[in-house]
Amino acid sequence: MKFFSVENLGIQFGGVRAVDSVSFDVRRGEVYTIIGPNGAGKTTIFNLIGLIYPASSGRIVFQGRELTGSKPHRVAELGIARTFQNIELFEHATVLQNLLIGRHRHRSTSLWQELAFTPAMRHAERAQREAVEKVIELLELQHYRDTMVAGLPYGVRKVIELGRALATEPRLLLLDEPSSGLNPEETNDMAFWIEDIQKGLGITVLMVEHDMSLVQRVSDRVLALNEGRVIAEGTPREVQQHPAVIEAYLGTRDDKEPLATGAGISA
Amino acid sequence: MRFLFKTSYDQDLRLFKHGGQVFWYSVLGVVLLAAPWWASEYLLSQLHFIGIYSIVGLGLMLLVGFTGQISLGHAAFLAVGAYTEALMQAAGWPFWLTLPCAALLSAAVGIIVGLPALRLKGIYLAIATLAFGVIVEEIITRWDSLTGGNSGKHVKPVELFGMKLDGDADFYYLVLALTAIACVALANLLRSPTGRAFVAIRDSEISASCMGVNLAKYKTMSFALSAALTGIGGALYAHKVTFISPEQFTLLVSIELVTIVILGGVGSLHGAVFGAAFVIVLPQLISIAKDYLPAAIGGAAGLQATVFGLVLVGFIIFEPLGLYGRWLKVRTWFELFPFYRKGMFRRQKSYMKSERLR
Repeated sequence: MKFFSVENLGIQFGGVRAVDSVSFDVRRGEVYTIIGPNGAGKTTIFNLIGLIYPASSGRIVFQGRELTGSKPHRVAELGIARTFQNIELFEHATVLQNLLIGRHRHRSTSLWQELAFTPAMRHAERAQREAVEKVIELLELQHYRDTMVAGLPYGVRKVIELGRALATEPRLLLLDEPSSGLNPEETNDMAFWIEDIQKGLGITVLMVEHDMSLVQRVSDRVLALNEGRVIAEGTPREVQQHPAVIEAYLGTRDDKEPLATGAGISA
Repeated sequence: MRFLFKTSYDQDLRLFKHGGQVFWYSVLGVVLLAAPWWASEYLLSQLHFIGIYSIVGLGLMLLVGFTGQISLGHAAFLAVGAYTEALMQAAGWPFWLTLPCAALLSAAVGIIVGLPALRLKGIYLAIATLAFGVIVEEIITRWDSLTGGNSGKHVKPVELFGMKLDGDADFYYLVLALTAIACVALANLLRSPTGRAFVAIRDSEISASCMGVNLAKYKTMSFALSAALTGIGGALYAHKVTFISPEQFTLLVSIELVTIVILGGVGSLHGAVFGAAFVIVLPQLISIAKDYLPAAIGGAAGLQATVFGLVLVGFIIFEPLGLYGRWLKVRTWFELFPFYRKGMFRRQKSYMKSERLR
């Protein structure tokens, strides 16, 4: 049984085929990266996996279960967590509360227990807190525990998003451009954490990323997309040297329409 | 200034975070329990209303302040609760059964109203709930055989386990107990997974659903809980005013209820109680002020509505955190004296969300 597979996935927005019969498998325990120029359909694939968009065609299968046609919250319940390219945190809640919301799929108490805050409830909350503290320790968020998210700097928010996804104890973690907007030092931390998540926690990672040095460092396999289609798949090195990938990013030598002739610039 | 040194997770789970809170809440409790001795008949009657409005305010706060769903039709739930109570009492049911029934029926209606909320947002939801409020008001007016239409319905005092709670003090303790239960229950809920799911929906639906929060379930649940509390408030209201008719449940009442939430401070339980007290006290202040104002202003018909409107607009512009926010600032000023700075409560503007998925 494949761990996670996407088969002939496609979606159309009007006349645009944003994702066009894309297929790939992610093996258990690896870091699998999707790269591609802007507008290639990388984030759209994530939104299709998260069932935020309904797929026009194809199947998504996670551990033998078909996701397509289900509801977004079911995806999380099966053990797939994600982060967002443009941070989507719960702004008017503390960092701790944000991480605790990540524990939602592990809740065990009923509404009545919650209203009365029974001893069982207290016990359950303590367990949730302990799980969250592990994430706080891993990502070194101790300092921000009780601060409101609104007002925290971008780099920290990015880490909190990662933490919230980890708090769900996922089997598959989707990271949408984990290094975007981070400085080199923070990117380095992120790379370290991704390695830690893969090797230490044994979580499979599927990620979209632009920073090629980060991709080289952490990925086991890479998939390159352009205009919604797969153009190459393989190890980071193979993909980077693949002619189709170079063409997608840089164009070809004999391009009919050269980009910079300087016609409009000279004055 | 107080520094809390945390040594166990239980400290974050407690309702009262430190001894000071325990002390002041105990003082408040004692003062409120002793109210029948220190309060005049008039004041006690106002306390009834504040309690009832607090329960309703808490219900609406759960929906508006914590789940981020607006409702301009909450007077309808108030009406459902009030009429259920009146009709069941007239049919001879005991209070301990009629009150839960009022809550349950309101909750059921809340679920029905909650269903469009799954698809509607912001202003559209406001319009839908507003329409719902008008519909319920109309049904009550037209359904003569059941509700008595415009001639209204009389409600007898509460009878609980053979005791007639017809004295002001008896009814006061009933309201106080229910208000306290509502406060504690909501505070409990908000420190549990369900309350956190509500807050998640308020702040970002998309990431709430990606964290496994079933949006449909929790939005409906929020509507149901909110309506149930409002229904309980409605039942008590019916007993308090002893006579109910459709014009007590108009759109203006719904707006008054939203005023409670906004004046009190969106997103705080204290705010619901502060807002309720303010909304009850303000008309009294206005009527006192009338005596000192020139006749042309004091006698004007729309004076109360105008003042309410001005106060609401004033709060939105100058104190968006509401009365509770103002209270926090005053308290912080004293705690930090003389180091309080003006911008301490200013929040950084949220980042632009360039990619809204829906």
